[in-house]
Amino acid sequence: MYTNYHPRWHRKPMSTYWWLERRSYLAFILREVSSVFIAWLVVFLMLLVRAVGRGDASYQQFLDWSARPLLVVLNIVSLSFVVFHAITWFNLAPKAMVVYVRQRPVPGHLIAASNYLAWAVASGLVAWLVLGG
Amino acid sequence: MNDRITMQVARYLPEGDAELSYQEYEVPYPREWVVLDGLNYIKDRLDGSLSYRWSCRMGICGSCGMTVNGEPKLTCATFLADYAPGPVRIEPLQNFPVIRDLVVDTGDFMRKLTSVKPWLIREEEKPLSEGEHLQTPAELDQYKQYSMCINCMLCCAACPVYGLDSEFVGPAAIALAQRYNLDGRDQGSKLRLDVLSDHEGIWGCTFVGECSKVCPENVDPAGAIQRYKLTAAMDSLKSFLMPWRGS
Amino acid sequence: MSNHHDVLLVGGGGAGLRAAIEIAETNSHLSIAVVSKVYPMRSHTVSAEGGAAGVIRDDDSLDEHAYDTISGGDWLCDQDSVEMFVEEAPRELLRLEHSGCPWSREPDGQIAVRAFGGMKNKRTWFAADKTGFHMLHTLFQTSLKYKSVVRYDEWFVTKLLVDDGRVYGVVAIELMSGRIEAITAGAVILCTGGCGRVFPFTTNANIKNGDGMSLAYRAGAPLADMEFIQYHPTGLPFTGILITEATRAEGGYLINKNGDRYLQDYGLGKPEPKPVLRSMELGPRDRLSQAFVKEVEKGHAVDTDFGPVVHLDLRHLGEELINRKLPFVRELCLKYENIDPVTELIPVRPVVHYMMGGVHTDMNGATSLAGLYAAGEVACVSINGANRLGSNSLSEILVFGARAGRAAAEYASSHTDTSTAVLAQAADERNRLQQRFTRKRSGERIADLRDEMQKTMEQSAGIYRSGESLSQAADTLHELQDRFASVTIEDDSRTFNTERISALELAYMLDVAETIVNSALRREESRGAHQRTDFPARDDKRYLAHTLIHREPDGSCRVEYLPVTITRWPPAERIYGT
Repeated sequence: MYTNYHPRWHRKPMSTYWWLERRSYLAFILREVSSVFIAWLVVFLMLLVRAVGRGDASYQQFLDWSARPLLVVLNIVSLSFVVFHAITWFNLAPKAMVVYVRQRPVPGHLIAASNYLAWAVASGLVAWLVLGG
Repeated sequence: MNDRITMQVARYLPEGDAELSYQEYEVPYPREWVVLDGLNYIKDRLDGSLSYRWSCRMGICGSCGMTVNGEPKLTCATFLADYAPGPVRIEPLQNFPVIRDLVVDTGDFMRKLTSVKPWLIREEEKPLSEGEHLQTPAELDQYKQYSMCINCMLCCAACPVYGLDSEFVGPAAIALAQRYNLDGRDQGSKLRLDVLSDHEGIWGCTFVGECSKVCPENVDPAGAIQRYKLTAAMDSLKSFLMPWRGS
Repeated sequence: MSNHHDVLLVGGGGAGLRAAIEIAETNSHLSIAVVSKVYPMRSHTVSAEGGAAGVIRDDDSLDEHAYDTISGGDWLCDQDSVEMFVEEAPRELLRLEHSGCPWSREPDGQIAVRAFGGMKNKRTWFAADKTGFHMLHTLFQTSLKYKSVVRYDEWFVTKLLVDDGRVYGVVAIELMSGRIEAITAGAVILCTGGCGRVFPFTTNANIKNGDGMSLAYRAGAPLADMEFIQYHPTGLPFTGILITEATRAEGGYLINKNGDRYLQDYGLGKPEPKPVLRSMELGPRDRLSQAFVKEVEKGHAVDTDFGPVVHLDLRHLGEELINRKLPFVRELCLKYENIDPVTELIPVRPVVHYMMGGVHTDMNGATSLAGLYAAGEVACVSINGANRLGSNSLSEILVFGARAGRAAAEYASSHTDTSTAVLAQAADERNRLQQRFTRKRSGERIADLRDEMQKTMEQSAGIYRSGESLSQAADTLHELQDRFASVTIEDDSRTFNTERISALELAYMLDVAETIVNSALRREESRGAHQRTDFPARDDKRYLAHTLIHREPDGSCRVEYLPVTITRWPPAERIYGT
């Protein structure tokens, strides 16, 4: 604005490895990265659906393919990213939802706990459908 | 010397320097001395050319935020003895351009603060003759936490998104927008929502959570932003499902 | 940005922002400049804790508030101003409520009020114990919505531009760039606050250097009642951080090393378990600070590394009340003293807190120079007399900020003339600053001169003064002025040169210190916060008058007296504790 009297300010660019400086930054980047794995799981699910649609042979081929060590490792990593994302998401829930009961805010850990409970119930239901039902 | 601590202080003179450099000073550190006392000792006794901001030295004016050993801190509320035996490194707040030594340019914060309309908006002013707006202590508690922001900008310095994305409104300004949105006397939340969601503003936040950790006043800007996202999401969902209700 | 405005405010604290808002709301065509050496939300209003006085309860009355203020001020207040002040205060506080100030509330949602020292009724509005912080941020955030308010953040004013008895603007340095500019205006309002940093031990922020007082004084406007300096009885040792009077209003006790509530020995009433208004710990600040000195003389104080202290006892109030009404006090004690007031005693001692005197103004903030106004702590209207009551000053900045704003706006609207002479003055001032404050290593350090000034002031112009110590101090200060001429400046950068600013601030403080000492020397009586050991009694015959101190062309002081305005409350004895 006033060039004569405006010597350059020093701008420090953020280092490429800034996300290694703090555990919370790392967690943040991992959560961002988890989207890649979630995308993979979606693709994996679609491949499964396609395989089922094409008949038994195709389904068996898909299962064999899925059992390859590389894919098992990839899916375990993906699962851990999903779990990581879910946990951080539920821990965040009390921040986003402030629920008042009788004019008093419900403590954050109760809100988080109710989310975990819902997760457990939903998982149980799915497990029952898939394994038991 | 065991009764002295080494302070490594970032220096930058825009007329000459291209980069920050560090200068070392030996200062005493009695139990009751804060980092700011160390800086004042340097300025008063050792080197009058050191520049930094400070005023109230009781943690309420928000002037003296700096980076102490890598963490954003109010230097008037951070004790030197906690860093013994040293050295302790003092740098300007991160994510802001440095004007000189430990002084950063806060213009960006001021512009963003103004952009979220941090004032009480009423459709119709209540005449003074009708007295106060009633507000129960519980209603006050709804927004009180967010009204405690002292604009020290430690949260902005701790937030990597603020450093990476120049459009991001930043934790402090969003917390202050929420301070008014959640105040029962205010009727301007719609106007602020337009500003914040227009901007791509709040969606930049991916909940790193550092802003709330470094906040000296427990304002919890991270919480404010998540709540805001929920509100914004509900709002756009509503206008998608019920377009006739208009904006 | 254009460097001409209709009204220019020096200072962006409570008074300045209130004035800016008032002008913007009354006439949106007027251009308003807020020139402040810090960002407005850093201003020292932010540190005020306890509350702001304004009558709202049915069992209270304006007359009672006026009487408390006048007797608290030891009859040195101008009673017409006080009457106007108490009447306008509630409306101003209410207006702030309408702007969003988070005042503490009763369960039914109405504004809550608390007791305060020297007040006969509960009338202090509060926002927990960060009242000043909330008021300042509400005002600042509200001011952001007015397009006509132009801020000059971090601009340091060095001179008022005066031509033929009329003020036309200021010269200021932009800290960030170092450029020196004339900013002209139809009217100027000084809102720079107090000068506590003239003393070594003060609650005041680093920025409280009496800038506005010195600017006005040098420009030819007299300062009034500069000898009246308030010591707040409860500051934390070493830091000088204020522990609000609200601690005592909520029921805290002051005790000496024997555990006695010693105020009962000083005509302040009998100790009761619950707080009694205008009694004991809720007596006025001057009396409480004087009682401390007497306790030290009796050997009843507790010795610490940072001088003698007494104790403030909040333990019986309980954790819930402390957390709800005094959270900041607890936070400050934990942080700075490593003490939890819920279970431990707080060490406290009197600390320089407030300047009752200031630029002499009328009820509208007008000074004796045309076009120059002043409001807030920098001004002396006078509603505070010889001793201000706690919680009157936060109301004062609103009432007189608004009044000065209106008066200045009116003046600026009807006086649109400009002066070319002042531009030459501005050029001279630019030269002076460039020559005077360039790198120079021959002299003494700024901090050394400042320390010596502060020590001199504490020794001579403290809670008790004597003619002998004051005249010695006057000589020392005179000598310091000379030594200041060759003070060392190590920093020759244009960018954010805080050393140059410190030197300019020291110059302001030396001026203010001289007016304090010389005013105190000539007032041969004891009244309110001015206690002379050689003249221990109040002398209404000679001194029921305001001290006006002028600067002579040769730099010396000239003192004259102006009678106090008495309307309905003739001077009487100050009685507390009955």
